[in-house]
Amino acid sequence: MAVQATEVTENAPSVALGPAVALSCRECGERFGLGPIFACASCFGPLEVAYDLPGGDPEGLRKRIEAGPDNIWRYAPLLPVPDDVAEKPNLNPGFTKLVKADNLARELGVTGGLYVKDDSGNPTHSFKDRVVAIAVEAARAFGFTTLSCSSTGNLAGAVGAAARRAGFKSCVFIPHDLEAGKVVMAAVYGGDLVGIEGNYDDVNRFCSELIGDPLGEGWGFVNVNLRPYYGEGSKTLAYEICEQLGWRLPDQIVIPIASGSQLTKIDKGLKELIALGLVEDRPYKIFGAQAEGCSPVSTAFKAGHDVVRPQKPDTIAKSLAIGNPADGPYVLDIARRTGGAVEDVNDEQVVDAIKLLARTEGIFAETAGGVTVGVTKKLIDDGLLDPSLTTVVLNTGDGLKTLDAVAPTTGPTATIRPSLDAFRSAGLAG
Amino acid sequence: MSVKVRIPTILRTYTGGQAEVAAEGATLSEVIGDLEKNHQGIAARVLDDAGKLRRFVNVYVNDDDVRFEQGLQTPTPDGAGISIIPAVAGGC
Repeated sequence: MAVQATEVTENAPSVALGPAVALSCRECGERFGLGPIFACASCFGPLEVAYDLPGGDPEGLRKRIEAGPDNIWRYAPLLPVPDDVAEKPNLNPGFTKLVKADNLARELGVTGGLYVKDDSGNPTHSFKDRVVAIAVEAARAFGFTTLSCSSTGNLAGAVGAAARRAGFKSCVFIPHDLEAGKVVMAAVYGGDLVGIEGNYDDVNRFCSELIGDPLGEGWGFVNVNLRPYYGEGSKTLAYEICEQLGWRLPDQIVIPIASGSQLTKIDKGLKELIALGLVEDRPYKIFGAQAEGCSPVSTAFKAGHDVVRPQKPDTIAKSLAIGNPADGPYVLDIARRTGGAVEDVNDEQVVDAIKLLARTEGIFAETAGGVTVGVTKKLIDDGLLDPSLTTVVLNTGDGLKTLDAVAPTTGPTATIRPSLDAFRSAGLAG
Repeated sequence: MSVKVRIPTILRTYTGGQAEVAAEGATLSEVIGDLEKNHQGIAARVLDDAGKLRRFVNVYVNDDDVRFEQGLQTPTPDGAGISIIPAVAGGC
């Protein structure tokens, strides 16, 4: 039988999830035992995993990590997963390439070193495999047998694939009008895929109601009742970036914002590395990137607000189309604390940026990657991002998932008869 | 106006475990006031010290997020369905 949220109290015996010791409310600090709960019973604030991390021997920890597998489990000592996680059936995502993007740097005028963290290299071609891998371990620990989620597309595929590998049933929910590539990728792994007539926020609301209903009993919703664990998977982006930079913090990092969770967890990961002595403690700036058609966080940032007013999304960047971002207020705090910013670009700029990254670095990003590259360019143009500093830009998914975004303006240079004369006539020779 | 209110799991300690309760009121504010009369303590979980909706609570009247409507002054027509939902779900 699955562990029920109502059974969880601070003094309840905890499941074994490595260094994780409790869930802590980010708003009021109240602590709860490890369980499938996600909102504070006192104030509704988000719960996050609190740890007893392995401090005191940074050199030993660094060696242990470097000797680990070439996936996120090399960081198992810093994650809410069982110690033997690497031996369990899992998609084993992560340790994706950090591409030194010298051609893009020249185009953008970056002289301090520009890198693209290319998470399209994950098993289902988006960063979602990282977070789902952690949620799978939590689901196992709490005795769930069905995995579920509300998804803008990438997550549905990641959950479907992870469920198959790990031996779970799955039922995932998406807005009915997603890009064809994402629908196919979500459906191909089997399990149930349900289109909801509405936008992502409607899907999310539906899932939140389902979880409180007997219909959803025994289900592990990776981004609802397993969300505190799931979110921790994004910390591995911070760990990998620093390790791949030679155990060094980047000066600046540009991160896409949907719910904002990824950005907050990357910040958490960077702070943990500093606290553990794995990297030198120096200032870093975190920048958030949104699409203009769904820009509740950048709108609030630019207006100087502390609260995020929800929007109705209308953008081609559907994986970022969350109009009511749960972690929006924390993104504002982090951008302001670190001296970063939150900016947005319109759909045309997103497409231009996808093509810019493709033609300079050979990386075909999905629309979310277009948003981060487009916003990076805008931040440089506006003088908010310092081109003389080391900068990392995230590409969180594969362009093959969002072909519709670039297809109308991308195609063959010419279509000719199979003859040398035709080729010459088309003006393509030499 | 009589409405039905869906109660999230973390507030069901106030409703004796019931997932849905009836309430009266012509606006969301009045409905929450009526809920408090019958389920003492629930209002303080939904509203902050200033009497505003807590930032991590979403409330829907029928299918409309009240933050897009008139907030606590959103009308609650007879027979309306109201959902109180933790906002910290979804995405990544």
